[in-house]
Amino acid sequence: MNWYAIKAIYLSELHRSWRTPLQSIASPVLSTSLYFIVFGSAIGSAMTEIGGVSYGAFIIPGLIMLMVLTESTSNASFGIYMPKWSGAIYEVLSAPVSAFEIVVGYVGAAATKSIILAMLILLTAKLFVDYSILHPLWMMLFLVLTCVTFSMLGFILGVVADGFEKLQVIPLMVVTPLAFLGGTFYSISMLPEFWQKVTLFNPVVYLVSGFRWSFYGTADVSLTLSLVMISTFLIIFMVFIWWIFKTGYKVKI
Amino acid sequence: METQVMENHIIDVRNLSKKYPSGFQALNQVNLQIKRGEIFALLGPNGAGKTTLISIICGLVNVGEGQVLVGGYDVIKDYRQARKQIGLVPQELAIDVFAFVWNTMVFSRGVFGKPRDDAYLEEILKALSLWDKRHAKIQFLSGGMKRRVLIAKALAHEPEVLFLDEPTAGVDVELRRDMWRLVEKLRQRGTTIILTTHYIEEAEEIADRIGIINHGEILLVENKRELMKKLGRKQLILQLQHPIKQIPSELNGFVLQLGEDGKTLTYDYVDNQPTNHVTEVLAAIHRSGIELSDVQTKQSTLEQIFVSLVEESK
Repeated sequence: MNWYAIKAIYLSELHRSWRTPLQSIASPVLSTSLYFIVFGSAIGSAMTEIGGVSYGAFIIPGLIMLMVLTESTSNASFGIYMPKWSGAIYEVLSAPVSAFEIVVGYVGAAATKSIILAMLILLTAKLFVDYSILHPLWMMLFLVLTCVTFSMLGFILGVVADGFEKLQVIPLMVVTPLAFLGGTFYSISMLPEFWQKVTLFNPVVYLVSGFRWSFYGTADVSLTLSLVMISTFLIIFMVFIWWIFKTGYKVKI
Repeated sequence: METQVMENHIIDVRNLSKKYPSGFQALNQVNLQIKRGEIFALLGPNGAGKTTLISIICGLVNVGEGQVLVGGYDVIKDYRQARKQIGLVPQELAIDVFAFVWNTMVFSRGVFGKPRDDAYLEEILKALSLWDKRHAKIQFLSGGMKRRVLIAKALAHEPEVLFLDEPTAGVDVELRRDMWRLVEKLRQRGTTIILTTHYIEEAEEIADRIGIINHGEILLVENKRELMKKLGRKQLILQLQHPIKQIPSELNGFVLQLGEDGKTLTYDYVDNQPTNHVTEVLAAIHRSGIELSDVQTKQSTLEQIFVSLVEESK
């Protein structure tokens, strides 16, 4: 195992974020704060409790998931797409590193950024609403699994994309809508029966539900199902990345 | 025997062929051995296969058919051992322009699996006159400076063999001088250097051996001096005191050209060949009573040899 290489890729990717703190940290924290102010404090005060939890507190796990999904995907895709675009990727591809080490470096860094971001949002939320975390270890497990899984999705998008526009298509046109419709701001039990069934096809429902369970002990779907779903995504993306490196698809000719 | 080959040849390319998905045959049955510690110049026109060959050795392009060994290690099976020994300076200014010089150096060393060594990186940056720019963002460096950074990055992990793909394209005189000084220093340390260049006079000046490639095939690999001796043509140019209208009959046995002004006679010959009749030509001139004002000899350049070889291969 080339630990020096993993460390080099990981740290250089983290440095890349610190180079643009406004974009990487301030912007997502600010936009989430706005959600808390509008939905949590302003509108939330007029809402009834959901499953014994105030609306402001109810949306915290969903908002974190919303931010983590989009940030992981776009961060990781940008991280690998930029060197591909500039041609600087030649260095990593000609280095004595395995595909696994490259992925650990890039995906690890993108996931770390998302975890830090989630923690900052969690701290920011304290300013607006009162909440507690019932199962902190489960919370961390869900958070880490989600960050890693969606950073992998981002890595795949970054490798496959052949333009800046395409880089944004999946995060904006797929991940964000699915996150909004995946129970971020509501419990799916609040939907008419037909739409409840339709919603079950949205994979984000399982992530938000499991994550929310770790906070308040209530969930839209079973904990096991949530874990199975997140693990399934993780495995699918891992296999896809393995295939990319095995065939050299969009990486080598 | 195998060990001896390993020790002598840092790069061993065996029957290497490469066809791109577009159907373009970039390399065709290439065999090439690069000796440890030499400076090898790979010459060829655009699209000849130089960059494909380098890219395959460095792991950037998949091997088609054949085998490539670096320091005795297969570039596919033992890619870690093979790649550790290679430093590559690409043709394009492919670099993260938002990074800082020092950080990018630390990254390059790390990604090649070496522990951090600030003193060594300092030495490299100083040798390339980059030390003052170590805290600069690459974006704000000039094109020449960016190329220096690429060279520094390629050397960050102390490679055994350095590939310079068109290193002097669009580079100012000062950098070219710095670069060749560094190349000389690296050679003294035992680093093997493989370069491709369009400036053939540079290859002529610094390379130990020359390889010429065209249409994906190696046309020739030769020690530079041998090559010049074998394929270099010489010309004997005689300036006459008084113009003549035709070549005198005493010189009929030799192939001579009379200049348009009637004041120069030119005789082409190859050094150290039985066809070299310089003495006889001069004796015949003397017999014919032609008076000379000057005698000159000219040797063809590597560029002329290169052009004629490439022309022949068409």
